[in-house]
Amino acid sequence: MARPAIEEQPAISAGGPSILPLVLRDVCLSAGGRALLDRVNLVLTAGVRTVVLGPNGAGKSLLLRICHGLISPSSGTMEWTGPGATEARVRQAMVFQRPMLLRRSVIANVDYALAVRRMSRALRTTRAREALEMAGLAPLAERPAGVLSGGEQQRVALARAWALDPEVLFLDEPTANLDPAATRAVEEAIAGIARGGTKIVMTTHDLGQARRLAEEIVFLHNGRLLEQRSAAAFFAGPGHEAARAFLRGELLW
Amino acid sequence: MREMSEAVAAAVDLVARADPELVEIVLLSLRVSVSAVIIAALIGIPAGAALAMFRFPGRQGLVIAVNALMGLPPVVVGLCVYLLVSRSGPLGNWGILFTAPAMIIAQTILIVPIVTALSRGVIEDLSTELSEQLRSLGVGTSRAMLTLIREARYRLVTAVLAGFGRAIAEVGAVLIVGGNIAHHTRVMTTAIALETSRGNLALALGLGLILIAVSLAINALVYLTSGIARRRAGA
Repeated sequence: MARPAIEEQPAISAGGPSILPLVLRDVCLSAGGRALLDRVNLVLTAGVRTVVLGPNGAGKSLLLRICHGLISPSSGTMEWTGPGATEARVRQAMVFQRPMLLRRSVIANVDYALAVRRMSRALRTTRAREALEMAGLAPLAERPAGVLSGGEQQRVALARAWALDPEVLFLDEPTANLDPAATRAVEEAIAGIARGGTKIVMTTHDLGQARRLAEEIVFLHNGRLLEQRSAAAFFAGPGHEAARAFLRGELLW
Repeated sequence: MREMSEAVAAAVDLVARADPELVEIVLLSLRVSVSAVIIAALIGIPAGAALAMFRFPGRQGLVIAVNALMGLPPVVVGLCVYLLVSRSGPLGNWGILFTAPAMIIAQTILIVPIVTALSRGVIEDLSTELSEQLRSLGVGTSRAMLTLIREARYRLVTAVLAGFGRAIAEVGAVLIVGGNIAHHTRVMTTAIALETSRGNLALALGLGLILIAVSLAINALVYLTSGIARRRAGA
């Protein structure tokens, strides 16, 4: 898979014109002759919390990585079409399944992400404190990130992403490795970020989580996008047999 | 067995008297090997990071070559450096044959592959783990390299110590380019070789014990210091 280089970008852009909608046209991704994503057409718009749902191996994580620009599609196009599209690179952030923190203090982890964006030291400290406050981590600011619990680490990852003031936040199964209490804390932090006006695009295979967080569902199965509709409509009765089977909890692959 | 007790006695005697010749030899050994290990770290760690991070044609061959060069025979390295810096060699006008700088060059060449290969392994693991996150944050190549080196610092200590162990223990390279000249280029290993060939087995063995003790002390110091730092960082 080709990996486009991402160059360092100057200055954080708070606010500004929207980069959304994000438009994917006939996006395919194949590796070793296997189609991992097959002609995906998708439009992501501002406002609603989008959850990408589907069984393991459906291609959810790959789709998210393509949207975030970490992977280039084998064919098809991905385009930010909003008036602020030229700023797209610095107006998005991603939280991964594992927190992927650096071996330094909690606040230094947030500070690092801001330093990459060339923010001044004084602004960085203020912003990092705000971010930890938002994630309920202020008392842990000076602790080494490595000694935190899994749930706390994932909230540090959320705080780090939030500090960048993204218009779009991608989350790839952010609670897959967490116990129910930690999952709830992370979900609350995500809901809080969404209330602040950030577009959430999140993958999960957890139906309960999808019900709690989603306003819009994108359902993937075997690398194909089968449905994109409001969460209420999807849970009331999806059109595709595969989606119905998934909701019934029957295994799919 | 008698040799062993005599050796211990000789070693204790040398240390107790703080024998000036012994002190001189130990200090020169440390000066040469520590200099070599610092230079090798400055070359080997960035080189290892580059090998770990970048994909380019011939990379695999280079990785194999560097791994193989970890086993470079010291005498061969010594011979090559000798040919380079001897009066008729390309670097003959430096006039450094049979001096400490020549010994430092030889040991550096000997251990750069060790530091490079071990750093490559350590940083490649970390890079696999973190590269997506760093790219997501928009981290550029040079900053990513510095970040990965910093993240790997505690494990890189082991790589550097492995290089130091090789440098302080080798005899072939320093013997050929240094010449084992008393008060000038005599280090612990060449002194041991000399005393053995003279039949002063107890003295040779005594020096050997001191060499091991010095090596052990340095390793312990570095390991414990980095251990404390590591616990503070929670890594």
